[in-house]
This record gives sequence, C-alpha cells and structure tokens, in this order.
Amino acid sequence: MSNEITIKIDGIEYKTQEGEYILNAARANDIFIPAICYLTRCSPTLACRICLVEADGKRVYACNAKVKDGMEVTTSTEEILEERRAIMEVYDVNHPLQCGVCDQSGECELQNYTLELGVDSQSYMIPDTKREATDWSSVLHYDPGLCIVCERCTTVCKDMIGDAAIKTGPRGGTALDKGLKDTMPKDAYAMWNKLQKSVIVPSNGTGQTDCSDCGECVAVCPVGALVSRDFVYTTNAWDLKRIPATCAHCSSGCQIYYETKPTSIEDSSEKIYRVTNEWNYVSLCGAGRFGYDFENRVEGKDSEAFGSAVAALKKAETIRFNSVISNEEALMLQTFKEKRGVKLVNQDAYAFQKFLKAYSRPAGKLLYGSDFKEVMKSDFVISVGSALRNDNPNARYAFNNVQKMNKGAGLYFHPVGDTLVPTFGKNVECFAHKPGLEEAALYLILDLFAKKEDLPEKVVSYLDGFHSKGRKTIKERVMESITETVVDKETGNAKEVTKKVPKMVEKEVEVENNALVTLLGGSDSFADTFEKMMKKKERFSLIVGEDLYFHPKAENLAALLAMIESTCGMEVVMVPPKTNSLGVALICDLDESPAGYTVGYNEPGDFVLSALGDGDLDMPAMNQQEGTLTNMNKQVTPTNAALEYHGYELNDLMSAVGLGRHLTVDWTPALAEKRGFQAFAFDDLPNGYSNSGEEQRGYALKNPGKRAGNNMPQAFDEDMALDGEIAYRCNPQRQFNDFSDKAHQIFETFALYASPERAEALGEKVEVDFGSGTLACSVVADERMEGDIVKIPDFKSSKDIYTLFGRDRYKNVTIRKV
Amino acid sequence: MSLEQFKNRNVGSQTYKMIESEPTPESGMGRFGQVVKRTFKGELFVGLYVTMREMINALFIGEMHTVKYPLEKLPISPRYRAIHDMLRLLESGHYRCIGCGLCEKICISDCIKMDTRYDENQRKEVSEYTINFGRCIFCGYCAEVCPELAIVHGGRYENASEQRAGFSLFEDMLTPIDALKDQKEFDGFGAVTPNADNAIKKTPLAY
Repeated sequence: MSNEITIKIDGIEYKTQEGEYILNAARANDIFIPAICYLTRCSPTLACRICLVEADGKRVYACNAKVKDGMEVTTSTEEILEERRAIMEVYDVNHPLQCGVCDQSGECELQNYTLELGVDSQSYMIPDTKREATDWSSVLHYDPGLCIVCERCTTVCKDMIGDAAIKTGPRGGTALDKGLKDTMPKDAYAMWNKLQKSVIVPSNGTGQTDCSDCGECVAVCPVGALVSRDFVYTTNAWDLKRIPATCAHCSSGCQIYYETKPTSIEDSSEKIYRVTNEWNYVSLCGAGRFGYDFENRVEGKDSEAFGSAVAALKKAETIRFNSVISNEEALMLQTFKEKRGVKLVNQDAYAFQKFLKAYSRPAGKLLYGSDFKEVMKSDFVISVGSALRNDNPNARYAFNNVQKMNKGAGLYFHPVGDTLVPTFGKNVECFAHKPGLEEAALYLILDLFAKKEDLPEKVVSYLDGFHSKGRKTIKERVMESITETVVDKETGNAKEVTKKVPKMVEKEVEVENNALVTLLGGSDSFADTFEKMMKKKERFSLIVGEDLYFHPKAENLAALLAMIESTCGMEVVMVPPKTNSLGVALICDLDESPAGYTVGYNEPGDFVLSALGDGDLDMPAMNQQEGTLTNMNKQVTPTNAALEYHGYELNDLMSAVGLGRHLTVDWTPALAEKRGFQAFAFDDLPNGYSNSGEEQRGYALKNPGKRAGNNMPQAFDEDMALDGEIAYRCNPQRQFNDFSDKAHQIFETFALYASPERAEALGEKVEVDFGSGTLACSVVADERMEGDIVKIPDFKSSKDIYTLFGRDRYKNVTIRKV
Repeated sequence: MSLEQFKNRNVGSQTYKMIESEPTPESGMGRFGQVVKRTFKGELFVGLYVTMREMINALFIGEMHTVKYPLEKLPISPRYRAIHDMLRLLESGHYRCIGCGLCEKICISDCIKMDTRYDENQRKEVSEYTINFGRCIFCGYCAEVCPELAIVHGGRYENASEQRAGFSLFEDMLTPIDALKDQKEFDGFGAVTPNADNAIKKTPLAY
C-alpha cells in the first residue's frame, strides 16, 4: 500500500515507508532522536518540542513531519542541541533531579534526557506553584508536583483508549516574563509558556476521572507523576524482577511483564507488585494492568487430594473447563479424551468452535482473514455483535484508534445502547437494533459495501427488495436576492440595493428508503450520513463478536460473514469469547453438554480441580505456569511463571494416568498435530517487540486455505427479534473471569448492570427468572449504558450463568424486585 | 658484616670481657649472708620508685593511664565503621530517612532490607527496616550513598552475641528522641566534605 522510499539521516541512506513520520523512520533504523511527548500509534502532541531536527535545511519536529523521498535529515546541529538543552533546563525548573523517593526510580525520561543532553547548570527560574497530589479514581494517583505536562497521558487516553477522561487544566502559576521571549531559544520559551499554564485534570470537571480505569496513563508517564494507588512508594523499580508473559484475562492476549519482588521483610515469598507493558506497541486494559494477584498459593503437594483426583479422572465421563487455560493444557485434555473417551465441555469455546466451522466451509479457510493490527490500519471499521466497551478492550481501542488516527468512520451495531462509542469520533453511527436482528445488520453491510457484480443474483434481488422510493419533504436553505430602495440620508438620493438573504424553503425530494436501516433503528438521514462517512475511505474492516456465535442462526451469520469477506473487500476479525477460546476451539473436540460424573477444571463439577484455591485439588493459576495462549490476532504467544507454585499441575495428573510428559511445556511442539499450530519448542518462542514496533511474540497460526464451499445465506426472519424484558450476558469492564475477580484492585462486583434510569426503577436487589432457573443479585447502575436491556455478568463460574442462558446471549427474563 | 667472627668459637681470642663477681659462698651461712645483702640493698627501692610514684599519682592525684573498660571507653575515630546509627533531623526530631532505598541497593552483602509505604502526609514512609549484622561487612557504602546522612556508622563496636545473625531494626538504630540534643553530626565515611559548598553550582531561585 505504501511505497518504499530512501532518506538520508546524518548522511547515511535508509529505506523507509512513504507517509511515515521522521521520528518513526529513525527509530525503525535504530537512530536515536530524543522525544518525550510522542507516542507511537497516537497523534503527535507537540508538547515537548525536543524532537527538533533539520530536514532539507529546515527545522521541523520529527514527530509530526513526514518523510519525503530523498529527504536529508540531520538529527543534531549545534543550534538544535542548544535548543534541546534549553528545553531540558526548563523542564528541570522546580523539578530538581535529586529524586529521593520518586516511584519512577531511575526509569525516568526526564533524568535520562537531562543527562543525555549534558545539562549541568540551570539558567531559568520561576516561583513554584503549590500542587497537591490527588487520587483520581480507585486506582489512579496523580502528583502534579512531578508532572512535566508532556500530555502523553491525555494523548493515549483520547487516541488509544477512547475515554478522553483527562485533559490539561489551569495550573495557576506565575506568568512568564515576556522579556524571556527574546533572550531564550524560541522553542524552549514556547514549551515553557505552555507548561507554566497547565497541569492534568480529569476532563469531567470533578476531581475524579470517569473512565475504564485501564491505567494506560500510568504506563506512559515518563516521570513519576502518575502511579497506581496500590504501587505508590511501595518499592523501587530497580528491585523488581520482570517476567515476560501474556495476559490471561481476555482473548487479546496482550504482552505484559509481571514485576515481582519478595512480599516484605517477614515474608520472602515473591509477590507481583505491578504489571507493565511495552506501551508504545500494546495497550492494556484495567484487568490486565491491575488484576494480577490471582495466584493460587499452595504450600506443598497434597498427595491425598492428588490420589482422589486421579481416581476421579479415571471414572470421569465429562471434563468441564473454561477457556482460561493454556494451549498445552487444552491439548492434554484433548489427548485424554482421545484415549479415554470422555466428553469435553467448554461452553464459551463450543459456540465459537461451531461458528468457526460454519464460517470456514464457505470461506474456504480455517480462520478469519484479518487481525486487530490490520484493523488499526483501516479507515472504516464496523462492529457487529460485540459489546465493544466490555467484551474485548483491544477491539474497542482499535475501533477508537481508527477514528482518531486514520480520520476514520465507524458503524456500531449493538442492541445495548452505549454512550461511550459515539464519542470515539464524529463519524461513528450507532444502531441500537433489537437483539436477534444481527442477520439484518450483516445484510445491510452487504447492501452498503458489496460489489454487486460479485454477489449471487439471489442475494442482489433479496437486498433490492428492501429498497423503496419515497418522497420526503425537507427544509432547505436557499439564498434569495432581495432588492430594496434605500434613500441616502445625506444626499437624499434613492438607490437600489440588492442583498442576498438566506431563507428556509420546504422542498419535496425523492429519497431512497432502505428498510434494513429502518429495521435496525437507524435514522432517516442515514443515507446522507453514510455518503459523508464514505468519503476518502480506502480500507474497511469488520469486527464481529460473541453475540453472533450465540445467535440461534449462527450458521447463517457465519455464511453471511464469509460472503462479506469475499465481496466487500473488507477484512473480518472475530473476537473470541474468552481468553483462549480460539486455542481451545482449534485443539479440542468439544461436546455440547456434560453427562455423568464430571470433573470440573475451574468450573463446577463432582470433583473440582481449581486454580482459585476452592477446589478439591489445587492447580496453578495462569501467572504461575508456563505455556502458550492463542490470542485473537491468531498469534500463539508464550507466558511464563511469575510466581512459584508448589503443588500439582495438570501434567502431573496426566502422568498419573500414563499420558504425561516430563514438563508441561514439552506439550508445546506437540500442538503441531492440530490444524494451524506449528512445531516450535517453548523456549524458542520470543516475546517482545522490535524497535520498529514489529510484534515478535510466539508464532502466527497458519491459516490454510481450501476450496471455498457453496455459500448461499438464507433470508432472515424478522420475528427472531426479541422483545420484552431482556437480559444480556455481559461482563462489566475490567472483569472477565474468576481470576480478574480475585484480584484485589478490581472492584466491579457481580451484579445486574443497567442504565441509570433502569437501575433506579429496579431498586437495589432483584431476582432474575430465566425460566430454567433464577438468579438473585444486586443492581448496579452503569452510567454508560442506555436502554432497557440489562447485563448479567458471567465471570463467576460458580454462578453457572452459561447454563442459565443456554445457547443464547440474549434471553427473555422476568425481573422481580426483592 | 660477615659471619666469620661468629663462627670463631675459640674463646679468648675475641674481645670478650669477664664480669668481676664475688666468689660464690661455700658455706650455708655465707649463702644466707649473700641473700640478705642483695635483698636489702637500696637498688630495689630505686626500681620500685617508679611504680610507687605512678600509684600515688593515680590514687591521690587522679592521673590514670588506663580506662576502666566496660565502664569507660576510649573515643574512636569518626571514620571508624561500627554498628549503624539512624539520625534524626535536629529541628523537627523526625527521622532523616526518606526511604529512597539506595542503601538497600548498594549493599554488597545484601543485608539491608526495607519496606516502604505511602503515608497520610503524602510522603514515603519506612514501615520496616532491618540490617542483618551476620552478613554486614561494615564496608560503609550505605553511609556513603545515603543522600540524607540518615544512615551513618556509629561507635558501637561490641557486637558479640549468642547468634551470628543479629538483626537490627530501625528503632534500635534510631537516635532516641530524648537523646536528640546529644546527637553528633557524622563526619566520617560519606559525610559532606568541608569544602562542599565551593564544589556545587547553585540553582537560581526566583524567590
């Protein structure tokens, strides 16, 4: 898509891509240009001005100047160095570097750049302003005294996360002496002038941020101004041991580092103090960043429990598990099934597996074609059947990032109204359709985007059936010429003056009505809006979510999806429902429902193996074991044990029944027997990013193609739409499973979530009758929800919510006040 | 000097001089007389005079030449490195340690451990601090690295104990609040040099 061009940096030729910023081009070629405020994947902030370089003889900022073919860049001249040194001196005004107790403890970019540029004296001064440290939320702690207002936090919050929960606010400091403007370097003055006027404040005007508590602002802070409340002053960064891992909460499978250190003087066992990430290339959510202490501390091997576990496995008829499981463990269970003929039940992965199969037949390939890295490069993104704010944070970040960075547009189809998604960009259209009409949404996408000549006749005529011509009266503004006679007061001469006056006139025009838009709850003016949205758009992507896999007509949806992918020039990605649902779906042959004696692995059963510490035999949690996870980007990524575990693991159980291997990770190369996987040894899998932002984590699943099958989607049935009181199986933000729930910094409770109005009407506690069973829970208002549908979370496996919902994600229920 | 004169064992040819001594008494009475004579010769009292003088000086004039060790101790050099002291700020009485963790980091025998937390006054507080004296090699790096002159080497050198690994807590080493007026500024290892003021570049201040 982009062309390779050659530029010269400091006299040496480098290859780079057209349209790249100078800074990124330099970084990709291992050339250092200092920059504080710039974040890869976000828009340039231009707050620090330190990335000043000379390009073709002109001074430009490397972070927002794009490379041109044959451009000659000089990274530092004497003048530029002087400017940079002045900028660093200004940053050091009232921020002396005798940092006794800062949490950044040596990882500080202010310190680094001050030393790098050799600042050894201070020529500027201004009276300091009293700035009090505050807590912004249950996890965020901000100390404006340390803040250098580089605005990285506000940039990432807006461009990547989409909350835009913080902004710059007034600092109340003394104004700069205007005389300085002439005496000091001009960029340093401009930067100081801005710095002296601002601090970071929550953008809703209160002292509290109203956001998803992802903590990404904490990660990007170059100094110690933003820290998590739990971490403040508990340890120095240099004491922590970094363990590269993969987050095990949702299917994003983000790269993370667990940072550990002994708990305290008395207790020398390792404890995770915080989670960090390569924030230039990956953004975490609140669960990933703060939900890390879900380990299962086991003192020793309980051989008695192990004995009964082996006995239970031998007589088991069903093994029930969920998708918070590594690929290796999934393979063990599958091997066990092949040898012993037990049933494997995994409710979230089962629906996904069926959906993938139904998709792969007509699509002619094993997996969906695209991934979320590709989505981020597109400029028109559509989401169907995924509660964007809750299901998968990275899907949401990608949706938002497209709006902010690529001047993109978006369509969001979801029955539960959300007030956050429309704020991602002005070209976002939301369709709050009735549950059950997902097919109509996909048909609408076909109608809007498909090349008609590629579609089968039948589908074209079916789609045409929704179009009708109608007449509509619209109001239009026209300019009308009015001629008046004006008498000049002084001379008494009459003069004719012609003026143009705007006037509203009513006009009847012919419009094309699209019944699909109306059915999905779109506005009448959608056709015009859509035309505007489509301007200058080149790459399209489609995100589909869990609603589709749990739809009664999932197979038809899968067929439609295959058709969209082949005819709309659109990249399709699926959001796997849970952590490793994709891996489980590829590795295991799953059965629909349990029967007979059941062994549950982190799930209810007659004998329970549990990493939560409440089962019959303890298992290691995901931060205590090695293994690989398959994420939604179709990448098999390694994770390491951050904390020690002294008990038995699944491999030991397998050994006891004669199927085990020496180590759990010895199963990793054996994954190759399953389609898509490859034979890599665990220790050969990398887990990091290159300087140019290339992901080097594990390996990519192969996506073998085959001949596409016959694909003729069925018409949809309007009566599928659910009416009445509806419950939606959906977790609150930052909550994905029992493990995120166990973490002490994740506060979202198990409750019924409803829009504020609905929550008020429901009262404090309710009983939800599913027909097959009831569930009593309290009611929590979710400020960002709209409409009458309520959300019931499924993160607690003990509540067995999947069984209550059955094969659906939307369910008609009766809600009674208690 | 050659060894030849030592190797010549022919007595008489060297420059030896014989001591003139009284002939050895033969009879018992004679021997007794010799003893009495030698005993009561004034030479004894010439020798004892120094002892008596020092005894009288010590007893009656008070000029002692020894210290009564467990009760009294000799002053030691400020550069001596014994058990650590934790100093307080003289003005406020608050302990100086800010919990930066540098001593913990620099300790080459890894014997310093500290726990810190965020306290009510928005400051970093040391909640727990220990030095394992079984491992401490008294190298003095902790005192040298301390930016606040909070941890210093004191004068307590008697660390005999039943156990090799004696742990010392923060409170044990901290100057007692009632002894604050007696707290001595440390000028040993890691202290500010007398000419420190000349070596620093001052930051301009607008107020």
